[in-house]
Formats: sequence, structure tokens, C-alpha cells
Amino acid sequence: MVETAAATPSNQNGSVVRAARRSPAAHLAGTFEAASLAGVAEIKEIPFQTMAGIRVQRDGDAGARVAAVSGGLPAACGEVVQNGGLSTLWLGPAEFLVIAPENAHASLGGDLLQALTEALGDGQGQVVDLSANRTIFELSGTKAREVLEKGCSLDLHPRAFKAGTAVSTEIGHIPAILWKSGEDTFQVLPRASFADFLGRWLVDGMREFASPEVP
Amino acid sequence: MLLISCPNCGPRDETEFHYGGQAHVAYPEDPYALNDREWAEYLFYRDNTKGAYAERWVHSTGCRQWFNMLRDTVSYEIQAVYPMGAAAPTTTAQAPEGASK
Repeated sequence: MVETAAATPSNQNGSVVRAARRSPAAHLAGTFEAASLAGVAEIKEIPFQTMAGIRVQRDGDAGARVAAVSGGLPAACGEVVQNGGLSTLWLGPAEFLVIAPENAHASLGGDLLQALTEALGDGQGQVVDLSANRTIFELSGTKAREVLEKGCSLDLHPRAFKAGTAVSTEIGHIPAILWKSGEDTFQVLPRASFADFLGRWLVDGMREFASPEVP
Repeated sequence: MLLISCPNCGPRDETEFHYGGQAHVAYPEDPYALNDREWAEYLFYRDNTKGAYAERWVHSTGCRQWFNMLRDTVSYEIQAVYPMGAAAPTTTAQAPEGASK
């Protein structure tokens, strides 16, 4: 977990880690690029983000200490608290997911997990390094919502699903986190083993928009 | 498909949930005092109600929390959603014809 190959001399700047790692949808990079149509429907993988799973009662002392590190814990379904480079997603009444840039991970010299673990202290709950659990697909463009609507039964219309909302739901029959980070931008977080399937599913859904319109 | 209102997440498709069987089946106070028949009845015997039925559900794809639900087994109408540990609300809904508790 936190005690990864951080401080070994050969890994001073994380070069060993960067060379060794491979993202769950790395093999789809070319497919994503070919399927994307600028401004209409674009997809790319944002790999290797640091993610920490937190379980703590947010109204307790431990919750307050953890919130001080993460920049706050969201209170209800859909809420996302953003603070600096950290985004904290609500997954359950006492379950949260902190997403941070890759440099926050101990293997690249960061101390996010360490700080969260220390903040939790001996309070009830847990802080787990989930950086390798999920990958992120960024789906953007004017047709991004229509692509998602093919595999997600939630109401994704802007009047119901506002930017800055994240929910845990099903996309293409698999469980994933859907985070609307901008008006036309969605971050889809499937578990690593589902990344290939969901990546291809989304590319399939984008196909009609990348073709010339039939009059 | 049922549209189930999760107490935390709001209305979601039935596929996001898992069924947990009949609600309010209490664990025996002293399991060792039970004979085989009573133990088997605790483990396996459940009501087969026609009409309002209290059951447990978990929102496994969402907030992963358990809750109780009162559902009509004939019409599939969801009459109430209430927290774990709470007593089943009494319904004013008319039991369907021929229903026996």
C-alpha cells in the first residue's frame, strides 16, 4: 500500500514506476483516437490517477480529521467536493473516493495516502489505496450524453444531472462511477478489469456520430 | 423492471439492487436450544405471502446500503421503503382478493 518502492535510490523521480506500469486500457489508445471526433464525441483514458477509498462516519471526530486533509467530505448522493487538486466523491453514507493527480501517490513521491491514514489515526474506518482499482475514461463533446444514454438508465438530461455530480451506477450493464465534470464532459470510472469492455462499448456508441449524417 | 427508490440515492433500476429475502426474520436468541426442525425453519422456511410482503434489498451498485421494502407480490407495487431495524409500516392498501396472510 503506502509502503511501495517509494524511496529506493533507483526510483528517485519515479522513473522505474513510470516505465513498469501499464494502464488497463492502454491497448485501446489507438481505437479511442480513431473513434473520436473533435467537439462531437471524444474519448480518452486518463490513467494512473491516485485514488483513495475512505470509510469513515463524516460527522465524527475521525471524519472531521479526514475531511481536513481531503478538503471536505460530501454529504449526499451525487455530491463532489473539490479542493485544490483533490476531488472527493460520495459513494455511500460513510464511504468516499478521493481522486488526485498521479503525483500524489507514494510511488511518485506523494503523501496523500500517508496523510489520510494519519488523519484517520485510530478512529473507526479505513483508508485504502485504490489507485489501481479503477481507470478513468473522459468522454466529452456535444454528443457525449447521447453516447452514455445508450447504456445508462439514469436521467442524464442537464436539468436532472448537473455538472459536478458523480453517481455510482450501471453503464453498459456493468457497475461504474459516472462523474459529470463539465457541461459536456463526463468521467467514467470502470474497474480495471471492465475497462476493455466499457471502452469498446463507448467506442461502439460513438460510431454513429463519427460518420457523416444520413440526410 | 421495478423502479426502486433507494433511501440514499433515489429512484434506480432494479438491476442495481440485490434481493435479501424476507425481512424481520429474527436470529434465534439461543440457537443451541433449537432442535433440528426449529433450526431448519429458521434457516429455510419463509412466508409465501400473496399481497404486501416485507423484504430486504441492498443497493449493491450504488451506496451499498441495506433497507427494507414493503412490496405487493401480486401487483409489484412498492408500498413503503423503510430503514433496517424499523418495524414494518402497516399498510392501508387493500389486500387483493383471495389473499391470505
